[in-house]
Amino acid sequence: MARSTPWRRALTATLTAGALAVPLAACSGGADAPADSGEATADAASALEEGGEITVWAWDPTLESVAKDFEAEHPNVTVNLENVGTGNDQYTALQNAIAAGDGVPDVAQIEFYALPQFALSDALTDLTAYGADQLDGTFTPGPWGAVTQGGGVHALPTDSGPMALFYNKRVFDKYDIEVPTTWDEYVEAARKLHEADPKAYLTNDVGDAGFTTSLIWQAGGRPYQVDGTDVTIDFTDAGSQQFADTWQTMIDDELVAPVGSWSDEWYQGLSDGSIASLVIGAWMRGNLESSVPDASGDWAVAPMPQWEDGGQATAENGGSSLAVPAASENADLAWAFLEYATVGDGIATRVDEGAFPATTAELEDPEFREQEFEYFGGQKVNEVLADSASQVAEGWQYLPFQVYANSIFNDTVGQAYVSGTTLTDGLAAWQEQSATFGNDQGFAVNQ
Amino acid sequence: MTTATPAAPAAARRPAPRLRTPRVPSARPRRSTLLTVLTAIVLVYSLIPLVWLLINATKTQGDLFSSFGLWFGDSFALWDNVATTLTYDDGVFVRWLANTVLYVVVGAGGATFLAILGGYALAKFDFPGKRGVFAVVIGAVAVPGTALAVPTFLMFSQMGLTNTPWAVIIPSLISPFGLYLMWTFAAEAIPTELLEAARIDGAGEFRTFFRVSLPLLAPGIVTVLLFTMVATWNNYFLPLIMLRDSSWYPLTLGLNAWNAQAATAGGEAIFNLVITGSLLTIVPLVVAFLLLQRFWQSGLAAGSVKE
Repeated sequence: MARSTPWRRALTATLTAGALAVPLAACSGGADAPADSGEATADAASALEEGGEITVWAWDPTLESVAKDFEAEHPNVTVNLENVGTGNDQYTALQNAIAAGDGVPDVAQIEFYALPQFALSDALTDLTAYGADQLDGTFTPGPWGAVTQGGGVHALPTDSGPMALFYNKRVFDKYDIEVPTTWDEYVEAARKLHEADPKAYLTNDVGDAGFTTSLIWQAGGRPYQVDGTDVTIDFTDAGSQQFADTWQTMIDDELVAPVGSWSDEWYQGLSDGSIASLVIGAWMRGNLESSVPDASGDWAVAPMPQWEDGGQATAENGGSSLAVPAASENADLAWAFLEYATVGDGIATRVDEGAFPATTAELEDPEFREQEFEYFGGQKVNEVLADSASQVAEGWQYLPFQVYANSIFNDTVGQAYVSGTTLTDGLAAWQEQSATFGNDQGFAVNQ
Repeated sequence: MTTATPAAPAAARRPAPRLRTPRVPSARPRRSTLLTVLTAIVLVYSLIPLVWLLINATKTQGDLFSSFGLWFGDSFALWDNVATTLTYDDGVFVRWLANTVLYVVVGAGGATFLAILGGYALAKFDFPGKRGVFAVVIGAVAVPGTALAVPTFLMFSQMGLTNTPWAVIIPSLISPFGLYLMWTFAAEAIPTELLEAARIDGAGEFRTFFRVSLPLLAPGIVTVLLFTMVATWNNYFLPLIMLRDSSWYPLTLGLNAWNAQAATAGGEAIFNLVITGSLLTIVPLVVAFLLLQRFWQSGLAAGSVKE
């Protein structure tokens, strides 16, 4: 979700590389099973009685109210909510703090794609000790799979990003474009729009690791296989190739706007209709409402285009979780807050403020599903998004060094957008460089 | 002795038959079209970002997306923007401003004070190891602060100083360039004879320093103060690494955090506030430069001519 400038990526890469090397040396390959798992929840209750102070690193704006409510409910507890930066910035800070062994927060927001990196280096508390493994079924499959990758429960999901097609209905109607249901139709829609108005594009893309992996995920590709420190990276499987073939057409025929996501140009395009659709995570609903107010009434939401006619598979794009770093000095209290924010009363507060939940109860709640959104012309947007959440394809894994891998995406796959390289070649280069890095870090990649 | 008068009669006396127009010895400097054009380009190049900032600080979030960047939009929302910037998120901008002022007053002020003391001592006193100090200072000028940020972070976290204002202030106290500037300035600006005279008249070293030397150093002090002020005001990388608690952020980090909101799921894009905030951030620096300009120029030129 967070984009960053090249120099920042380079910095992150350097710091991450340095920080990763340390914990891996001590990595035993599996989470330690705590002996006192039965008493853990009781510990949390007494920790709440006793009170204390916890530090939470998160950029999710809805957590502010959650923290306030939590403090009101437990007067002895103080929650220091700190926004250390979005995504990469925060991970760099977290890695640095863990490496320095000082200033580590009690709770940290971590996106799903970055979670394995922290989990595998034993930087996070295994929440099984607090009975978190009982929460299977509370969350939708995508997020739950992400927080439990490789065994143990490393974090609890706060929000999720089941993907859907957000499209500018005004532009679609103007040029008489039908809402595409398959990716082939999507390419044709892109062609039709761009021919009708050379300044308008169906979507933007300059190379985005999250988008690429999510589409491969939906197409059935499983390029990453992780088993402890044994890692396989393979972008030659059918799903990856299907994505590469289709998207190559979009690039070759110049059907994607050369605009980076999250830039002011991007917001401008979303506002004036020159970027007419996004296939993106459900959280985009809130971002459109708050950041593109001028386009109110233009946008609508449809199910994600499919790779097969009549298919129903979707994927996750973004979404994040709250974890308790192993170095937390107040893990019991941290867990109490975590539980409140992700499975307790905190959910309602967050949903009210526009977050897209990861819990099945909320997603199936009629009140949630049938809410009409004025911004989307009265459409019951949540129905589409919640359905997508239940259709997320299973079995996806991220690399235990995905933050680094994503940081070199633009130097490898990204080349396909600016030079004669193809996506397939780009993916091969990405695979090779990721594997080299992984091996340098002590993983056995493709061995 | 009068030396000014002979030149003019000499010129008048000499006939100038080959000149079609009489040479006018006026104060009008020679003009080079090329240089004028180059200067104009540089001027435009440096002013455009400022103009852009000024113009866009008057736009609403919606206007920013729908209007031409170098001209005004439909609305004039400068005062609204300023008010919102100052009050957004419980007035956190004001807090960041106060932090920045704190870092500048203590950090840049302290750095200037240390540079004055050190530079004066190096220029006017002889002591063993002076050449060694010189080598270290020159070496330190060459090392960019960015390269030291990560080692400094690790050291400070051992000492438990990260995430406190000290983590920003202490490294700011050291200004090798300021020290070097004060050193050369003091060597030129304070005649050793004056110090000797003061000592003979019975002034102690401290009295000599504060009553005799300090006034002579004023232009140099202002120059160093401006340098360190700008450096501390614009300091980004060091606080980025050191600080986690946004209530200790300086403006640079705070504005970046606001900018990042646009790239956050569930975040609210507030480009208009980022732009207005940036404008407010540079105002104090512009004012400082305008007020201290004269000192700054004479300080820079000092030592460039051997008299």
